[in-house]
Amino acid sequence: MSHIIVENLVKTFFVAERRAGTWGALRGLVQRRHREVRALDGISFAIEPGELVGYIGPNGAGKSTTIKVLAGILVPTSGRCEVLGRVPWRARIATVRQIGVVFGQRTQLWWDLPVVESFDLLRDIYRVAGLEYQRTREELIALLDLSPLLDVPVRQLSLGQRMRCDLAAALLHSPALVYLDEPTIGLDAVSKLAVRDFIRRLNRDRGVTVILTTHDMDDIEALCERVLLIGDGKILSDGTLDDLRARVTTERRLIVDLADGEGEVSDPQAVVVSREGGRVTLRFDPSEVTAAELIRRVTANHAIRDLFVENPPIEEVIARIYREERAWAPTGQS
Amino acid sequence: MGPYWAIVSARFRMNLQYRGAAFGGIVTQLFWGLIRVMIFTAFYASTTRPQPMTLPEVITYIWLGQALLGILPWFSDSPEVAAMIRSGTVAYELLRPADLYWFWFARVAGARAGRLIMRAVPQFVLAGLFLGLQAPHSPACAAAWFIAMMLAILLACAIAMVSTISTLWYIAGDGVWQLLPVLVMLCSGAVIPLPFFPDWAQRILDVLPFRGLMDLPFRLYMGHIPPAQALPQLGLGCLWIVALVSFGRWLLSRGTGRLVVQGG
Amino acid sequence: MRDSVRLYFRYLGISVRGQMQYRWNFICSTLGHGLITGIEFLGIWALFARFGSLRGWSLPEVALLYGIISLAFALADGFSRGFDMFSVTVKAGDFDRLLLRPRSTVLQLAGQELVLKRVGRVLQASCVLWWATGALHLPWTAAHLALLVGAILGGACLFFGLFVIQATISFWTVESLEMMNTVTYGGCETAQFPLSIYRPWFRRLFTFVVPLACISYFPGLALLGRAAPGLPLLLSWVSPLAGLLFLLVSFRVWQFGVRHYRSTGS
Repeated sequence: MSHIIVENLVKTFFVAERRAGTWGALRGLVQRRHREVRALDGISFAIEPGELVGYIGPNGAGKSTTIKVLAGILVPTSGRCEVLGRVPWRARIATVRQIGVVFGQRTQLWWDLPVVESFDLLRDIYRVAGLEYQRTREELIALLDLSPLLDVPVRQLSLGQRMRCDLAAALLHSPALVYLDEPTIGLDAVSKLAVRDFIRRLNRDRGVTVILTTHDMDDIEALCERVLLIGDGKILSDGTLDDLRARVTTERRLIVDLADGEGEVSDPQAVVVSREGGRVTLRFDPSEVTAAELIRRVTANHAIRDLFVENPPIEEVIARIYREERAWAPTGQS
Repeated sequence: MGPYWAIVSARFRMNLQYRGAAFGGIVTQLFWGLIRVMIFTAFYASTTRPQPMTLPEVITYIWLGQALLGILPWFSDSPEVAAMIRSGTVAYELLRPADLYWFWFARVAGARAGRLIMRAVPQFVLAGLFLGLQAPHSPACAAAWFIAMMLAILLACAIAMVSTISTLWYIAGDGVWQLLPVLVMLCSGAVIPLPFFPDWAQRILDVLPFRGLMDLPFRLYMGHIPPAQALPQLGLGCLWIVALVSFGRWLLSRGTGRLVVQGG
Repeated sequence: MRDSVRLYFRYLGISVRGQMQYRWNFICSTLGHGLITGIEFLGIWALFARFGSLRGWSLPEVALLYGIISLAFALADGFSRGFDMFSVTVKAGDFDRLLLRPRSTVLQLAGQELVLKRVGRVLQASCVLWWATGALHLPWTAAHLALLVGAILGGACLFFGLFVIQATISFWTVESLEMMNTVTYGGCETAQFPLSIYRPWFRRLFTFVVPLACISYFPGLALLGRAAPGLPLLLSWVSPLAGLLFLLVSFRVWQFGVRHYRSTGS
């Protein structure tokens, strides 16, 4: 059974319109106008147990709206949705009991209480059996290195510490499905790696299904095999990161550092993209010339100090897909 | 003139957006006023004893109080300042080239005047037309009332300044400090018109500054205190303003000195 | 169900422990709160000193009404902080977290905080009530005691229900919230005096729409051995149930508000 099934989900909001100027404000006193916004415009996808899916897209694309519908907090305008075999907004309590949600920017722990007391309270809220709770809690404490933090009031924790505690808190009731909304936002490098490592282990070793929403592409590249790209309320891409890249371009880049800091670099099957001091960036198509062949030619003809090959940044890829989609979309939508 | 007009109209538009809040506030005040008018009407109907004020005077007093409730000094007057003090960023205020006390004072005065106009004018109109708020007893009374209201605003700001500055030492909303706003309300006439207090209490209340906020202006308005007697009372009010402003300035210098010593 | 009750008391326990940490602050706040609310009664006393009576009601009789309504309000005010502060919660977007927990939102909000300092008003109102019952030489039968307690609890339910409705309004607008004060604080002030002194439309409002009369005026009359005009004495004895009914209705209104929130998202 799929953990999540989404079919043609639509969600429209009505936003009050503010009018400009003093006269407009006075008219607004008497008469309020509303504008229809389609936050979700017929999205469909399915997520199987044990997947680790990245859910990405620009701000306002509909990511939070999707998560809220999947969690049962928000009722969609139309469409079908099933989470763990239930319609989330119709069976809120039953659904919510089996999922865990972490919001990166907000903590679910009680501000003035020591961390461990928040955990105990969550045990009572989720009705976790005593022995099972002890076991799960000890495992999470060990995995996330929380022992020194247990007696500290949440308000005194640093951002990285708080995020680790929030992750544990979301998992105390052993949910089968977890939504992580920007879990690494604002974290330092060490904490980010720790969180990433934890998510990977959670998914690989315990088979927890994870939906990860983030703007950090490093997170996506490190963790997610499958990526859902949403833009303007529509799913623009559903596949691997390579699929995503291939949609826009098969191009790759070769960056060389010239030995003497000067001179031209050229090749019949590559195009120079930029030049900065001694660093030249070349664009090439792997179907025309392999990276190895290009490197051989370039190093043979020029004095090179250093070089590396890279894919176009994912952000660029996404931006280009998004722009294309916008160009094709019918105007006058809102 | 251009930039000032832009600010005024922006403020005006902002206030219009909070139409719900203003409307809600006015309805609430009118409701409260009605309750109190009914209570007093019932009391007056229950006795033939002579009272310090007539019923129409009491009703006028009540409606004036409801309309001008915004004049009372609360801690919430300058939440930005309170927040600044709590977070310590008040140290930045010391970098301003202007005199800090008067800078804050102007802020408080401006906010108070704005709020008053927004809420008081509609209530005045409604209460005057339908609910028994009488016109001033005479032009001389109206003039005396107007002067007294100006002083009341200054007095309220001076009191608010003292309480805000004292948050440099104490946290405002805590424990016994909550008592202060209520005592101010009691002594200004917002709970019961002051003439109804026992005579011995009135002698104390006459000396305190708080009656200058409501009781004095209202009784001048009604002619309960004749304009001729206004001068010495207004004079006392002025003395209190001077005293409170001086105290506030002294407190502020002590407080900021303390801040600088502690390094903000 | 029992499990929910246990969780509720656990919530309250946490809140109380947190406040007791600052013992000195708690004592000062409680004292302050008692004095502040006591000033209301000071006003009533001053007026009776001037006027002598209020449409046939004496000061101890009015004090009885005052005691009942103040105790009811203090209890509701102390236990319903989660709803009272709900406009802040929903504006900050924190209501979503409550919806993400497998528990009723009412339970979570009801357990959010127990404001201990309201004990100040409870003590002050109890003193007034004690004095009033002494001065009136009321007969203390089990039935009288039950009615008094019933009135206070019914009143607490009524005010709690008003706070729930106030919180529900926050789902639509935060600006006009102040108007609810007319029925909560305004209702408290109104019911300190016998309902008979108010205008007819006012009396009807506070008997049928917000049944204040049922939890203070009618029980008060019954305790004093009088019958309300047009109301059989028996009904006066069970009228506090109207408060409980009002609370149940307010929960339905709340569910309606939550449904609206979940359709519009904010």
